[in-house]
Amino acid sequence: MRKILFETLMRRPLTEAAPVKDDKMLAELAASLERAARRRLGRSLSIREVDAGSCNGCELEIHALNNAFYDLERFGLHFVASPRHADVLLVTGPVTRNMREALERTYNATPDPKWVVAVGDCAVDGGIFSGSYAVVGGVSGVVPVDLHIRGCPPDPIQLLKGLLALLAA
Amino acid sequence: MPWPSDEIEGNKIADHRPWPRFAVNEDAWRFATAQLATGRWTLLGLWGDTGAVHMAVLDANMREIALLTLSCPAGHFLSVGALHPPAIRLERALRDLYGLEPIGLPDTRPWLDLGFWNAQYPLGERRGRSSTRAPYVFLPVAGDSLHQIPVGPVHAGIIEPGHFRFTANGETVVRLEQRLGYVHKGIEALMAGASLDAAARLAGRTSGDSTVAYALAFAHAVEAALEVKLPPRALYLRALMAELERLANHFGDIGAICNDASFSLMNAQCAILREKTLRTAGSCFGHRLMMDAVVPGGVARDLAATCTAEIAILLEDIRRLFPQLVELYDNTASLQDRTATTGVLRAELARQFGAGGYVGRASGRAFDARKMLGYPPYDRLDFEVPVLDAGDVNARVWVRIREVEQSLGLIDQIMRDLPTGALRALVQPTDEVHEGLGMTEAFRGDVLVWLRLEGGRVSRCHLRDPSWFQWPLLEAAIEGNIVADFPLCNKSFNCSYSGHDL
Repeated sequence: MRKILFETLMRRPLTEAAPVKDDKMLAELAASLERAARRRLGRSLSIREVDAGSCNGCELEIHALNNAFYDLERFGLHFVASPRHADVLLVTGPVTRNMREALERTYNATPDPKWVVAVGDCAVDGGIFSGSYAVVGGVSGVVPVDLHIRGCPPDPIQLLKGLLALLAA
Repeated sequence: MPWPSDEIEGNKIADHRPWPRFAVNEDAWRFATAQLATGRWTLLGLWGDTGAVHMAVLDANMREIALLTLSCPAGHFLSVGALHPPAIRLERALRDLYGLEPIGLPDTRPWLDLGFWNAQYPLGERRGRSSTRAPYVFLPVAGDSLHQIPVGPVHAGIIEPGHFRFTANGETVVRLEQRLGYVHKGIEALMAGASLDAAARLAGRTSGDSTVAYALAFAHAVEAALEVKLPPRALYLRALMAELERLANHFGDIGAICNDASFSLMNAQCAILREKTLRTAGSCFGHRLMMDAVVPGGVARDLAATCTAEIAILLEDIRRLFPQLVELYDNTASLQDRTATTGVLRAELARQFGAGGYVGRASGRAFDARKMLGYPPYDRLDFEVPVLDAGDVNARVWVRIREVEQSLGLIDQIMRDLPTGALRALVQPTDEVHEGLGMTEAFRGDVLVWLRLEGGRVSRCHLRDPSWFQWPLLEAAIEGNIVADFPLCNKSFNCSYSGHDL
């Protein structure tokens, strides 16, 4: 273990430079973010991830944000275990009817001010699963959404761009 | 030993490939159920169709597959789960989706239908539903000093939703009861009437972590149904993708299991290997998870010349770093203390449930679809199927470690022998009815896809995730362990919620 730790200390960090912010996402956010709320929270946000019916592809890429290459925490963003500790809900999936109530309850358990970020193409409008008897079809049909990050799944860079826009707006 | 197809009495259905399907009567259905119950055959799947139920079985040598179909005009059939417990959840799901009644099913509570869909029996004779929802009754527990811990559907980590109901005596888990179905998307209903392209995309999103394996099983089923012959280059590129997917997932799992034992160094290092694998996949196949890269008839894009070098660098990186991590795992007593003898799955249960993947192979069940069914190009490649007997978390980690080594060897051979030539064969659906079955080895076990094509479109497609036969075993493996070891046991199984819930 000491050998690996020592080698990691000697090596150049793997963490890469932050991506450029996405203007389109900034524009979407400008409408929904209040300056006052921003001042109260500072530039650090706690994120609670909610899978509302995804295929788990989005979760894999959200996980990747924590690896050495993307290192999400350097931006003051970190994942928390309870909605009660969260400022941001990161919601994936087309919202299955079986998860609708759980999503609503998670949203209600999150203290204000809060933002909802819908991740993935199916979180926008149900995507490839829309029209099914078992899905609601999009996160905004259940809780108000402040930002959409598209992709199937969005890669970690796209996710980072979106989350950084949330900090900058 | 006679093959199932010699023993099953029934009418062989024409145009079902590559294994036979028999239309059987109740006697033959009963005979098959008895074979499953006595352990001669293994249940591979049980699913509904319009006015009928299908069962897929594997023979005792684990080489041959046969399908049995029982038509049920009166809306009921003899429950397989009554004698063979692995079928219980499948029959509960079948009942929710089709409204067909398994006579004698020991547990008649709904499974996928949690009472929120806007229709009852969505794949059978749809019915509107009453607005009142019956409460779900968990299994009763009685005894002194027992308490219950309900967990989920929203969990603490970045994982999929499902509900776990623990009954504990102090720290010790006396019973775990799972309740799943939260991510049911109705994929099989969306498949009905879909074009081959649309259906392939759906199959690839049944469980995102196994997108290649699912797309491959779907493609196998289509190609079997339509008797499509694949160009050799496509076969090798598919295997390359499948092995990259296996590597990425095994790295993620090995790290995450150690992380659940609070050994985060391993997780950080494994995440680096995972990321490198995904980046190579992304640059070679245009998508980090390689979604939609396997298509019926072949592969969607070619491997650029520069990729050969990229893959060589990836393999070199892994071969330099991974042995150090294996040594670290093996030599850290505090980590071994958590994983060894924890969450033991008995070999007998693994065999009874036909558990695939590392869950089965860490408990002595030597099934690997790549080896046993030998679909190309694996019939031409040299590799071993690592099998252990201990059945604990540690064994499930070691099976993954050994499989990483095997996958590296497979990729070496694939890159060395990679044929030139076409990427895709013409897939020309006809107006006739064709049926096919596909089975591939995903990182967590065997994925089964059965489909019927009609008029060039999919009329029925069933996708069976390996998790169906692994989730129930997690309930057994956790018994007698402490609550705090549940995340560790759970991660060592790493069952798919989405693949199971569909």
